[in-house]
Amino acid sequence: MPPKTSSVGAVRRTFSPWSDPAAVPLIRFENVTKRFGDAVAVDNLSLNIYESEFFCLLGPSGCGKTTLMRMLAGFEEPTEGRITLAGQDLAGVPPYRRPANMMFQSYALFPHMSVEKNIAFGLKQDGLPKADIAARVDEMLRLVQLERLAKRYPDQLSGGQRQRVALARALAKRPKVLLLDEPLGALDKKLREETQFELMDIQHELGMTFVVVTHDQEEAMTMADRIAVMDHGRIAQVATPGEIYEQPKTRFIAEFVGDVNILEGKVIGQENGLWRVETAASPTPLTIDDPDEVLHAGQAVAIAIRPEKMVIRRGAAAPGTQNAVTGEVWDIGYLGDWTVYRVKLASGEILRVSRANASRFVENPIDWDEEVHLTFAPDAAVILAE
Amino acid sequence: MARSLTKRLVSGVVPAVPFLWLVVLFLVPFLIVLKISLSDPVVAQPPYTPVFDWSDIGGFFGKLDLENFEMLVEDGIYLDATLSSVRIAGISTLLLLIVGFPIAYAMARAPVRHRPLLIALIILPFWTSFLIRIYAWVAILKPEGLLNQALMGIGLIHDPIIILNTEAAVYIGIVYAYLPFMVLPLYASLERMDNTLIEAALDLGCPPWRAFWAITVPLAMPGVIAGSLLCFIPAVGEFVIPDLLGGSETLMIGRQLWSEFFSNRDWPLASAVAILLLIILVVPIVIYRDVEARRLETQR
Repeated sequence: MPPKTSSVGAVRRTFSPWSDPAAVPLIRFENVTKRFGDAVAVDNLSLNIYESEFFCLLGPSGCGKTTLMRMLAGFEEPTEGRITLAGQDLAGVPPYRRPANMMFQSYALFPHMSVEKNIAFGLKQDGLPKADIAARVDEMLRLVQLERLAKRYPDQLSGGQRQRVALARALAKRPKVLLLDEPLGALDKKLREETQFELMDIQHELGMTFVVVTHDQEEAMTMADRIAVMDHGRIAQVATPGEIYEQPKTRFIAEFVGDVNILEGKVIGQENGLWRVETAASPTPLTIDDPDEVLHAGQAVAIAIRPEKMVIRRGAAAPGTQNAVTGEVWDIGYLGDWTVYRVKLASGEILRVSRANASRFVENPIDWDEEVHLTFAPDAAVILAE
Repeated sequence: MARSLTKRLVSGVVPAVPFLWLVVLFLVPFLIVLKISLSDPVVAQPPYTPVFDWSDIGGFFGKLDLENFEMLVEDGIYLDATLSSVRIAGISTLLLLIVGFPIAYAMARAPVRHRPLLIALIILPFWTSFLIRIYAWVAILKPEGLLNQALMGIGLIHDPIIILNTEAAVYIGIVYAYLPFMVLPLYASLERMDNTLIEAALDLGCPPWRAFWAITVPLAMPGVIAGSLLCFIPAVGEFVIPDLLGGSETLMIGRQLWSEFFSNRDWPLASAVAILLLIILVVPIVIYRDVEARRLETQR
């Protein structure tokens, strides 16, 4: 069976320097460790980020993603290991001499300076001629569509406008790397979605390397070329959004990115290249198509199935159907575009199944307490070795 | 109904309290002083004419004149004392800023759990009487005092330096006594400052010392102005410090006022000096309010 890695997820553009062994990374973390007293924030981490990449550091709070970014900006020094940027070792280089600029989570706009003075601040530090500064500020204002607000002060702006000023200020010096710390965290949902696409457009237009720290998996999935999922100071997986979602390496990743059902089980063996796994949830063994896993009979594994990859129906599946379980509708959540069913199995486990609401009216919809049958294809699930 | 009445009563009475306070303890005494400043001195009890008399209101107002203020202008000593006071207060305020800013900055950067202790230490001197603390400086600064003994003891000097009864002693006294009034407003504005602003400045290529002038100082400006006014205003009218530490050479308007009042018993002239002092001090306050109003205006 051919490997599935290349066909997984949506392909945004043909850009994948990470799979080219000849490509030289722009940023290299080499065995970087950072300790604060006894606490280990970053634990022997190595990572390459390539030029023009839109790279996301994703993880729960306290996973070390912000520390990693602050080490890149120069606000923290690694306890061990080495960080290089464009071949230059960054050890001992103060933040004001690094070719990286940061957009802060709080935006950190200077309250006593107007929008244009804020944007010009970094350029002034470089001692650029006044005319050049003015031209660049105008260019940045146009890029973030704030031409009319140039003379305003930060406290006269809305949250979205402030976010744009912070972005323009960080972009103004055309850094080799732009660091964005939770760039959309303070915006409301609608604005956040719009801004995600704008950030992608800007990044594409400037061809700049973006490194984004976020705890919002949707944000990371939408924007990033690659995502590094972090947990307890280590990288759990670095991959494209599609790979992270469809082929999570660990249970932590499967659960952190998107919704997932986990069924614990034991491997029986392999048949026709498909794994047979015995679980409490199903009277017959489940059949899983995950050829990359190397397993042995009797091994304890977890099966991960995304809610949208299961089919829910009232009638029993045809005899002989693979991966069919029966349960009772425990809860129904109507989200508009999706309906989420929580189905309680005879074994006591509750599975989440989602179904797109393709039509506006459904005759005799599935109701609370009804008996339903769930099925999923062998390649809809992933086996996670414990 | 009863509740809304109580509410209305409260909303009427509450703002009236500070107004009443100001009227009784500021406006009325001010009018009395103003009236005395327009009167003539006399050796009597009270030592000024005319005394208020209901039966002759026309005559009462007729006897008021600006003689005392003319006297202030004609006799150079009052103008000299005023200018000297403003100069000493101005230099003292500058010294207070230079001494106070690093202290306030260090306090604002100290770990949060240490800050209440540091603030308590700044306020601690107030537990002892102001007068006693200034007297203590006499013992320190006099020729055979602690400072000279210490300096001679370690062999730095051979003859005592004369500090007491010079203007330098007045500066030392004012800086010492007024330091909390400078440090606390500075601390308040520095503590409120978001440290990520400094990080943002560094990130944009600004070295730390330049970030201090470009970000920290402008954002501390409200504290600088408040602290300067809190020190400058009472320093102009200061009496105890120049009297105890400054010797007879130090000319200040507060001392002039005291000697007119208690030595010469010329209450009308002393009152005129008091009015003059008030006018001098109103000017910086009005300027400050004007500047502040314009700043708020441009930010709107």
